[in-house]
Amino acid sequence: MTNMHRDFTKVGLNDDEEELLDILEERRRSSDLSFAFRTFSPQPYKAAPPCSTVELNRVVSESQFLRYVTKEVAVEKQLSVEEVQQEARGILGEMSQNLQLGFIRLMAYIFNKVFKRLYSAIFVNMEGLNRLHHATQENPVILMPNHRSYMDFLVISYILFIHDIPIPVIAAGIPLAGMKIVGEILRRSGAFFIRRAIGSDKLYWAVLSEYVRTLVRKGFAPLEFFVEGFRSRTLKSLSPKLGMMHMVLEPFFKGEVFDITLLPISISYDRVLEESLLAHELLGVPKPKESTMGLLKASRVLSEKYGSMHVNFGRPLSVRQLCEGRINRYQYNLTPRDLPEKSTAEAQACASWLAHLVVRKQEEGSQISPWSLMCGLLLQVPTRVLTEEGLPWHQLTEKTLWLRKLALDFGARLNWPDGVPDSDVMSSSAELHRSIVQRKAGCVFLVQEDEPSRKYPGSPEEGMMRTAAAALMLASYRNQCLHVFVRPALVATAIHITKCTQRDELFAFFSFLQDVFSHEFIFIPGESLQDFEEACSLLKKCGAVHISQQEVTVAQGGMEVLSFLQELLKPFIDSYQLVFGYLCEAESVILKEKEFLPAVRGLAAKLLLSAELHTYEALSSDLQKNVLSALRRLEALTKLSSSVSNEFKVNKSAVKRITDMLSGKIPPWNTQALPDARL
Amino acid sequence: MASNSCGGGSDRQMAAQHRLSVIAGHLQRPSGSNTAVLAVDCKGQGSKPFVSSEKRTVPRRRQEIMKWNGWGYSDSKFVYNKKGQAEFTGKRYKLSGMIIPGLKDWMENTFGATLQHKAAATPALNSSAVPPPTLNEAFVEELKSTGVPFSADAEDRVFRAHGHCLHEIFALREGKIGRVPDMVVWPNCHSDVVKIVELACKHNVCLIPYGGGTSVSSALECPPEETRSIISLDTSQMNRILWIDEKNLTAHIEAGIIGQDLENLLNESGYCTGHEPDSMEFSSLGGWVATRASGMKKNIYGNIEDLVIRIKMVTPQGVIEKSCQGPRMSTGPDIHHFIMGSEGTLGVITEVTMKIRPVPEYQKYGSVVFPNFEQGVACLREVARQRCAPASIRLMDNEQFKFGHALKPQVSSIFTSFLDGLKKFYITKFKGFDPNRLCVATLLFEGNREKVLQHEKQVYDIAAKFGGLAAGEDNGQRGYMLTFVIAYLRDLGMDYFVIGESFETSVPWDRVLDICRNVKARIIHECKDKGVQFPPLSTCRVTQTYDAGACVYFYFAFNYRGLSDPVHVYEQVEHAAREEILANGGSLSHHHGVGKLRKEWMRETVSSVGMGMLQSVKDYVDPNNIFGSRNLL
Repeated sequence: MTNMHRDFTKVGLNDDEEELLDILEERRRSSDLSFAFRTFSPQPYKAAPPCSTVELNRVVSESQFLRYVTKEVAVEKQLSVEEVQQEARGILGEMSQNLQLGFIRLMAYIFNKVFKRLYSAIFVNMEGLNRLHHATQENPVILMPNHRSYMDFLVISYILFIHDIPIPVIAAGIPLAGMKIVGEILRRSGAFFIRRAIGSDKLYWAVLSEYVRTLVRKGFAPLEFFVEGFRSRTLKSLSPKLGMMHMVLEPFFKGEVFDITLLPISISYDRVLEESLLAHELLGVPKPKESTMGLLKASRVLSEKYGSMHVNFGRPLSVRQLCEGRINRYQYNLTPRDLPEKSTAEAQACASWLAHLVVRKQEEGSQISPWSLMCGLLLQVPTRVLTEEGLPWHQLTEKTLWLRKLALDFGARLNWPDGVPDSDVMSSSAELHRSIVQRKAGCVFLVQEDEPSRKYPGSPEEGMMRTAAAALMLASYRNQCLHVFVRPALVATAIHITKCTQRDELFAFFSFLQDVFSHEFIFIPGESLQDFEEACSLLKKCGAVHISQQEVTVAQGGMEVLSFLQELLKPFIDSYQLVFGYLCEAESVILKEKEFLPAVRGLAAKLLLSAELHTYEALSSDLQKNVLSALRRLEALTKLSSSVSNEFKVNKSAVKRITDMLSGKIPPWNTQALPDARL
Repeated sequence: MASNSCGGGSDRQMAAQHRLSVIAGHLQRPSGSNTAVLAVDCKGQGSKPFVSSEKRTVPRRRQEIMKWNGWGYSDSKFVYNKKGQAEFTGKRYKLSGMIIPGLKDWMENTFGATLQHKAAATPALNSSAVPPPTLNEAFVEELKSTGVPFSADAEDRVFRAHGHCLHEIFALREGKIGRVPDMVVWPNCHSDVVKIVELACKHNVCLIPYGGGTSVSSALECPPEETRSIISLDTSQMNRILWIDEKNLTAHIEAGIIGQDLENLLNESGYCTGHEPDSMEFSSLGGWVATRASGMKKNIYGNIEDLVIRIKMVTPQGVIEKSCQGPRMSTGPDIHHFIMGSEGTLGVITEVTMKIRPVPEYQKYGSVVFPNFEQGVACLREVARQRCAPASIRLMDNEQFKFGHALKPQVSSIFTSFLDGLKKFYITKFKGFDPNRLCVATLLFEGNREKVLQHEKQVYDIAAKFGGLAAGEDNGQRGYMLTFVIAYLRDLGMDYFVIGESFETSVPWDRVLDICRNVKARIIHECKDKGVQFPPLSTCRVTQTYDAGACVYFYFAFNYRGLSDPVHVYEQVEHAAREEILANGGSLSHHHGVGKLRKEWMRETVSSVGMGMLQSVKDYVDPNNIFGSRNLL
């Protein structure tokens, strides 16, 4: 595998795809030490001179905004202003980065060692880097990578260091700061730390938002943050978090900068370092606390191979251009701009739209591996077959090649090397993932965990849980390519469930599905119709349907595509129906999240054992939480404001209605009348 | 008091002389031109004017001394001489007759405008291109009987059909003439105006008052949809100071007087108004009132609304005026505020009583260099906070600083150039100022000598806190001179494919930096978007400080070679820039007015109710839209 990729350091695929360069190639030829001491001379930001950490913190703590908030908080908490200021300084100290080039060099040295061992290649699109290089001189730049692995955290800094682009400051979760030594190294490599549950801590919000805004206003270093908020356990894009997004945009809304450049970055892995850890988290095993010891222990993962990493720097997005007509900047003219005020609905909608757009761009820019396609197909084979009889290899090969064509038709960026026999590509993929699948006697089998784990009590479920981890890993790798198919798949599902050909009825069902799966997949708010049109035209392009003014009809021979797509969504539909069913039949209308997750998992396990349920994805806690979020959005679930822990009131009849609509028993509501709660 | 015979007041005379030489040295009138002979005695005017001077700058036939398709006097303009060096012709200004060695390179480097690419203007006005006048015979007949002079001559009419917006001058240079007034009348006094307005109402003709013709808001453009006969009412011959009240320090003045004449005449008596808009060579008192003008030295003297005591205006409903000269009144909304800013839509301002001040005994220019624009703005803000602004304080950005540098005339002595070199070395090398970031503030102090020096120290001390270095009187003085010649420079630019203009706004202090940055950047982006082939000049300066904000001026110009419709591109960019100003909390205008150019933003600026209030005043005062310039509303 390693060799194969090395031979193809430059891979050109689609027309809009750019040349990729393996940046490890050169690293392997030169010394790590001299690399770490290379001259670093980025082009400075034109509008303002660089700003030291001390200066930055001073500007933040002396800001008019913080002065207002400090006074307010002092009155509310009945403290003296000095005490509150003291507290604010403490927060700032805990938060602030302390970027030093020396530590970037150290980090680069370590990463050189680590990356060369783990990865066969790190592919970067040089065009994208060039664009970034120019962008950093013009406007404040926000780097927005997706988050799939801890590896994401500093890889961007590493790449920018190599290419003489200003090193970013990076928003990180506070647990990282708690790691001995490592926390400090991260801080000096440009990380600033944000607490997880900020809740209603007014002072904390104030310090954080002023800190972020000051970084944007100063603009001397790019600001990097993960708009998804967390590392995605399912390798699927998460619904963007809007708090940080809004803080970043505010300096533009208020005219404090001319423009802001958003730069979506897609990091794709052939194999994710934490794959098994993530699967277990989804099954309810708590995530280990971030600690330096834990990191050292985890160093055994360094002995394995992880294929290649792709870092795709997307096209710079101009906030000014995108916000044209979406934000009325006049609204900020009549009050002091430093006054702490709630952001308007318009500003929130705009931030949400932009955040979704960026996540979509991340999806579009990600590289899809052959393995991801294979997983998509493996998951459509009954699990029993995979664990017991095995799937004939030639069958998988045939289907994968078919799917490759479909993916290309749908415009995917495929990481499928040219000039290598397809069978070799697939075998090396399977080989790389031998922790999940095995080839024996011309067949593919799912690997079950060797040791019966004591983590899961109750023996009948034990075997099932052993399979579950592998199945969820398969699902996660399938998720890497899901965004390519999801829109056409919604249409395929609409056709299948409604048994209808009328365009508007299909569209109604399509939007209904988008509403239901709003937290499962990324749909840009307000663009349902475009999504539908795009999906239809893709289906037409691959010959699956005919489209007329009024109708969408299945083409002859189109069923293969349609049923594949519909099967692709089936695990989600089945899992959602399972949760809906649980909610409708629960005794109480009050739901506690803490109790809900194990209960649904238990129910799913039971049904899996009795073969009434076929998808292991119903066990995933992420999916279960997504159902709750979707139901809240659809107002079938309301959060009880009085409760400290997450408690909800269930509107059973509403859930029942959604269940019936999803199964096609009653037609979906007119989505136009829906309150647009996506904002 | 007869100012001419004042023998004892030599101090004052001296001061007056000094002032004359400093500010108006470049405003010498051409000798030997017999102008402004009163055509008809004003019968309504029983007494002789208090200050009588035969000398007036603007004749009835403006074409005798002024350009028909550019700014200012015919004899004054920038040209490239045979050696290819820029030179300013004529004898009127300090810069006149001087070589400006840096200008050519600056033009080339800034705009890519070279001598090889010349865009020549139509040399002379072709009268046959002017549409024949639509005359209202009955009106003309009755007008004749009043004895007020009038003309339907093509040149006279074209001169009064435009202000100095880019599109107006550009069209003239191309020889394109649109709708022009059908007739020009020159009333001599208030009662002439009363007669003209009465006749206009009687015969339903459209009146457009014309003062100095320096409008930059399309206010003088004849509405193309106007089908009635359009009469341009030129106030330039109503130019007397009727009396001076030394006890109350006021003067009663006919509204057609232009700025430089007003100052010169008052100076003869030892007084001044202190109102010095950049256009004061040509703009008129009535025009200032009608547009809410602002003067460079407003920090001492105030803007026009602070200077005015009483206004007389002739409207279709009759004459509006106040009954007394009380310095302040609580008598409902101030009716002066319907008049100030009415932009010729309600009537003709004929006479104004305004405050005057003794000519200051001492004047001193100054300048301060700042390491960057941010520091400069912070300093101006502090000066405003301490309310110690000098008569004038202006901050130019880096581009404008360089521009000012390019306009330095050739230095005669090696010593001066050596000194200049030394100064430059000190600032950039010794003090570490980045030549591409530094900016300069120009200052003008006025008052008695002792106080001026004290004041100067106070301001320089504040400047020092913001890293400012005193940079000498010359730089300051040159800065102010620039404001008078910059309009001439546009004509030179147009000769070489460069078009541009300035526009202004007022904005709260906390947004000054943001608006400067964003508007300048917006201009550059829009130019790129609209296909401008060369990088534009996009620069600004802060020209006035107030307690709660500042006035900001933007200059914008670009080389239009390769564009098929440069004026349209220009207008699109200016429009975008104005949108950007408004989005950043700037006002629609600080002192240029609205005219027709900025009408589209009036409603959002003053709200619908506000528009309704203004409209109802218009409907009452002028129900038949006699004053039909269609400005403002």
